[in-house]
Amino acid sequence: MESLLKKLSLSGLGMGMLLLIVPQEAFAMHIMEGFLPPMWALAWWILFLPCLYVGLVRLRQIVAHDSNQKVLLALCGAFIFVLSALKIPSVTGSCSHPTGVGLAVILFGPGVVAVLGAIVLLFQALLLAHGGLTTLGANGMSMAVIGPLAGYLVWKLACKAGFRRDVGVFLCAMVADLTTYFVTSIQLGVAFPDPHFGITGSSLKFMGIFCLTQIPIAIAEGLLTVMIYDQLIKRQMLPARSQ
Amino acid sequence: MKKTLILLALVVGLMVVPFFIPHGGEYGGSDDQAEGQIQVIAPDYKPWFQPLYEPASSEIESLLFTLQGSLGTAVIFYILGFYRGRRGDHAGD
Repeated sequence: MESLLKKLSLSGLGMGMLLLIVPQEAFAMHIMEGFLPPMWALAWWILFLPCLYVGLVRLRQIVAHDSNQKVLLALCGAFIFVLSALKIPSVTGSCSHPTGVGLAVILFGPGVVAVLGAIVLLFQALLLAHGGLTTLGANGMSMAVIGPLAGYLVWKLACKAGFRRDVGVFLCAMVADLTTYFVTSIQLGVAFPDPHFGITGSSLKFMGIFCLTQIPIAIAEGLLTVMIYDQLIKRQMLPARSQ
Repeated sequence: MKKTLILLALVVGLMVVPFFIPHGGEYGGSDDQAEGQIQVIAPDYKPWFQPLYEPASSEIESLLFTLQGSLGTAVIFYILGFYRGRRGDHAGD
């Protein structure tokens, strides 16, 4: 198992190193305040609100069903909080931060992440001028809804395919992270179409820039998520279904 | 335990490797570069909303980021420690 993980991350590392032959300015963080035209900002907010509502309902169900879960919820929220604060240097020579949503997705499913993610995004928008209130809908959709959904899908597939749990955790966290920034590029591409190549060209441009930065960071996020997941297993803190 | 250490070493490796590779980047926050990127595609675009509060300096900003990280870490390790203590056996792992 260790050797498998090692192999996975080493190959990732190798890939990252190959990619840096082309140095690029990187863009791999949340969309800044005011940098989505009002129409798009509003549209993403309208999409995000129902997800937030579903998440709140789900959250209430979980807590009502078993109040012990509150501790795990707090832990998942704190994990997102910490990882969002880590601006990690990447092989492209700029910094970006992981999302940390993988753990919450695995333990509670994608619904709850919408709420936890929104809290973190709100904190960063209000106090750190990182992300923004007007763009919170768009950032929420990418980091707290679509990214986690992709991660959840991967986690379910990995379980079905009979992968080891920790490999599944690793893949889930990594895919959720990469998908988040993939969606961010599309959001920017749609709002700022390239004058010559349109939406696709612009999205691809944003993607090409962010992918390079985010790959090693997504791998690091996967590894960190496996670490904390192992600790939870060791303490028998997980309900049987998610072990 | 050994696995945890290996994973940790890999993460540290991932963070350190970039410094040994020539890439011409300056480890700037990509926010500013992103603004430039958008200005290239849409030169006429002006942000229509400003953050309500912006940290007064990069020191203040790093203070707030550190606070965010350490508060989260406090919660995580309080819970992990609590469960470890509750397990009853204090044998090392």
